[in-house]
Amino acid sequence: MVVFFVFSGAVYARDYGDAIVSASIADARTLMPILASDSASSQVSGMIFNGLVKYNKDIHLVGDLAESWEVKENGLVIIFHLKKGVRWQDGHPFTGRDVEFTYRKMIDPQVRTPYSGDFERVKSLELLDDYTIKLTYKEPFVPALSSWGMSIIPEHLLKDKDINDSEFSRHPVGTGPYKLKSWSTQDKIELVSNHDYFEKRPYLDRYIYRVIPDEATIFLELQTRNIDSAGLTPLQYSRQTDGVFFKKNFRKFLLPSFTYVYMGYNLSDPKFKDLRVRQALNYAVDKEEIIKIVLLGYGTVSNGPFVPQLWAHNPKVKPCEYDPELAKELLRQAGWTDSNRDGWLDKEKRKFEFTIITNQGNQERIKTAQIIQRRLKDIGIKVNIKVVEWSVFIAEFIDKRNFEAIIMGWSLPLDPDNFDIWHSSKTRPGEFNFVGFQNKELDSLLEEGRREFNQEKRKSIYWRINQILYAEQPYMFLYVPDSLSILSSRFEGVKPEPIGIGYNFIDWWVPKDKQKYRAVQ
Amino acid sequence: MSYYIIKRLLGIIPLLLGITIISFVIIHLAPGKPTQLEMSMNPKVSYEARLRLEKLYGLDQPLYLQYTNWLKRFARLDFGPSLTDNRPVLDKILERIPVTLTINISSMLLIFLVAIPLGIRSALNPEGAFDKITTFFVFLFFAAPTFWLALLLMNLFCITLGWLPVSGLTSLDFEYFGPVRKAVDLAWHLTLPVFVSSIGSLAGISRYMRSSMIEALKQPFIYTARAKGLPRNTVIYKHALRNAILPIATILGLSIPALLGGSVIFESIFAIPGIGRLFYEAVMTRDFNLIMAEVVLGAILTMLGNLIADISYAYIDPRIRYRNEK
Repeated sequence: MVVFFVFSGAVYARDYGDAIVSASIADARTLMPILASDSASSQVSGMIFNGLVKYNKDIHLVGDLAESWEVKENGLVIIFHLKKGVRWQDGHPFTGRDVEFTYRKMIDPQVRTPYSGDFERVKSLELLDDYTIKLTYKEPFVPALSSWGMSIIPEHLLKDKDINDSEFSRHPVGTGPYKLKSWSTQDKIELVSNHDYFEKRPYLDRYIYRVIPDEATIFLELQTRNIDSAGLTPLQYSRQTDGVFFKKNFRKFLLPSFTYVYMGYNLSDPKFKDLRVRQALNYAVDKEEIIKIVLLGYGTVSNGPFVPQLWAHNPKVKPCEYDPELAKELLRQAGWTDSNRDGWLDKEKRKFEFTIITNQGNQERIKTAQIIQRRLKDIGIKVNIKVVEWSVFIAEFIDKRNFEAIIMGWSLPLDPDNFDIWHSSKTRPGEFNFVGFQNKELDSLLEEGRREFNQEKRKSIYWRINQILYAEQPYMFLYVPDSLSILSSRFEGVKPEPIGIGYNFIDWWVPKDKQKYRAVQ
Repeated sequence: MSYYIIKRLLGIIPLLLGITIISFVIIHLAPGKPTQLEMSMNPKVSYEARLRLEKLYGLDQPLYLQYTNWLKRFARLDFGPSLTDNRPVLDKILERIPVTLTINISSMLLIFLVAIPLGIRSALNPEGAFDKITTFFVFLFFAAPTFWLALLLMNLFCITLGWLPVSGLTSLDFEYFGPVRKAVDLAWHLTLPVFVSSIGSLAGISRYMRSSMIEALKQPFIYTARAKGLPRNTVIYKHALRNAILPIATILGLSIPALLGGSVIFESIFAIPGIGRLFYEAVMTRDFNLIMAEVVLGAILTMLGNLIADISYAYIDPRIRYRNEK
């Protein structure tokens, strides 16, 4: 016991200083967090700002700027108690007025935020005192809690300003662990640590976000050790980074991602209306094979809309085995046979043929389509593949529901509310139930899941949703890719957890003798 | 002469108007809107929020209204805000110009400095050993894809030898350097990009120079000059070269729009924040205001480049003089 204590005491003697250099293929567009819709902007502004709540390492909601919260009147009322003594990076104290200001801007029709939806459910916001906020909702809405992960922006700096204007978005001031030092467009963003951060001073002095649009260049920069962290492709992870150089200088991480890839059917197409057909296709495609070939094994078979590390994921739903014989049998029952002996199945003199559409620039999806094409050929179904540019894909095919099948992926928020994707009311052009799935039981479960604040009850609702969606097969659920990354081994304090590695970034540090970049400040 | 220049300048106006109308229509014919790219397929963005955004950007108006609004602003030289980050389009273009100009001017200098002597030397003994070897190499570089060549050179000079940096324009601690070290650092970072962007263009210029020099050397006055006993160098560099350089001057004029052009592939590989990437991203994100500004910029530069080429012709070659009609 004593030995352990001394040991852990030694571990806590950490050094300040050094910098971390990461690379990404895209620059941030705006550091005004309520307007940011691209991942680079969210990543960088997430270092500068805080929300009221955040997800911890085990993917549970905990307070960030909020000390605690209470849910009252069956979820109609949420009261947030804010942390005291938090300061903006310019020294001004943070209070509930900033939260109220952020809320007003979120619902202001002139503000170009894409995230107004969740905040329009608020009926009223009352400031009980400087550090207590009472929110009344029009109806109980569980995801409301996680929606307060939205970054809070400072009232005193933005009161009379146009939020859409670019000034603040280039010179943001937040409450977060890092503040912006410089931003050279499409080149790099440099952040420095905020010594007054309310949790503690981060150990790493600088965070440098370099924009390198070419993945091959990022990999070359890793080899010169000019960048410290990057995402890797399965090929880079397994074959190109196992030499002595990488073993000595880097540490690799393999974590499940929060994305799943699926093949969605247009359910108004007569071919796919029949459940037996969708089940047959599911039996006819070997998902393990796709993972082995496309991801070199770095992925897991998906069993529905929830990735395995989420509590909503139902482990009892087992993905079905690859069974082409059973697939043929199911298709025969649905009336699909090779009556003219040309090698392809037909029904009422029509050949079973369909086109899979996917977006350009995503090799994994294109390869997946090719494997599906091969496996369905085995059971007598002709598949064509069409690859189109992203904007065209969305505008001409998805929004107009002008497709037979598509391959896409979802990266979903951590709250399991899937209402927008599966509810039968969400089928207008541009909405997310573009496959046209309709199921009464699922509709009511989705509604219930948004109202039920009791975690155990909520879990059983989503487990049931998981079950129904796998049984009904509106999508062929394919795989959850692993998230592969690499990080310089000079950083200490990095511990992979279900949510990833970035959750304790302010605890990362480099021993003085290994520090590479000059100290600042 | 001045009458000619004014006439040409006035001719630019209707041409420019036509170019903007056609471009505006074509851009809007392509499926997709700026609000679509990041926000579609983002489950946190509701349907209503997206409609609201389209309205705020004026994308719900009929096309002719959108065009006249654009034209009104353009008449005041206001290109409007970028639809991706709301910064003025002009600022976004201007901040890229220094980098792009630096690289393009240095590589153009390099091209002309290397290609012209190569062309002259080849022309003195066409089909000789020197000519054959240079022909082989310049066409080899011309045919090699930029990205491939760049990656090979990066691997050699940056990884294996460790002499040059892989990408970017400056070192991370650039701001702490003194002025001399800053200049050295910048030159060090630009070496490989400028080399790669020039080498493929050597073929064109050196071939032009070669053929026009061969042509010039065949002229009767060269025989006269030689017969007269003038030194060889005087014949080549004074009499022949002055005639042979004419087409090169035209090319120089036509390269003016290229000075502000950029290559997406090349800028992406070297992670250089140049104008090529800006334009490419504008197209991919359907940033209509930015695309239109680029179209106008390109059109004006091309037309001015043509004009300058024509005028410089008159100065270099006394035989070509524009008559003052009237």
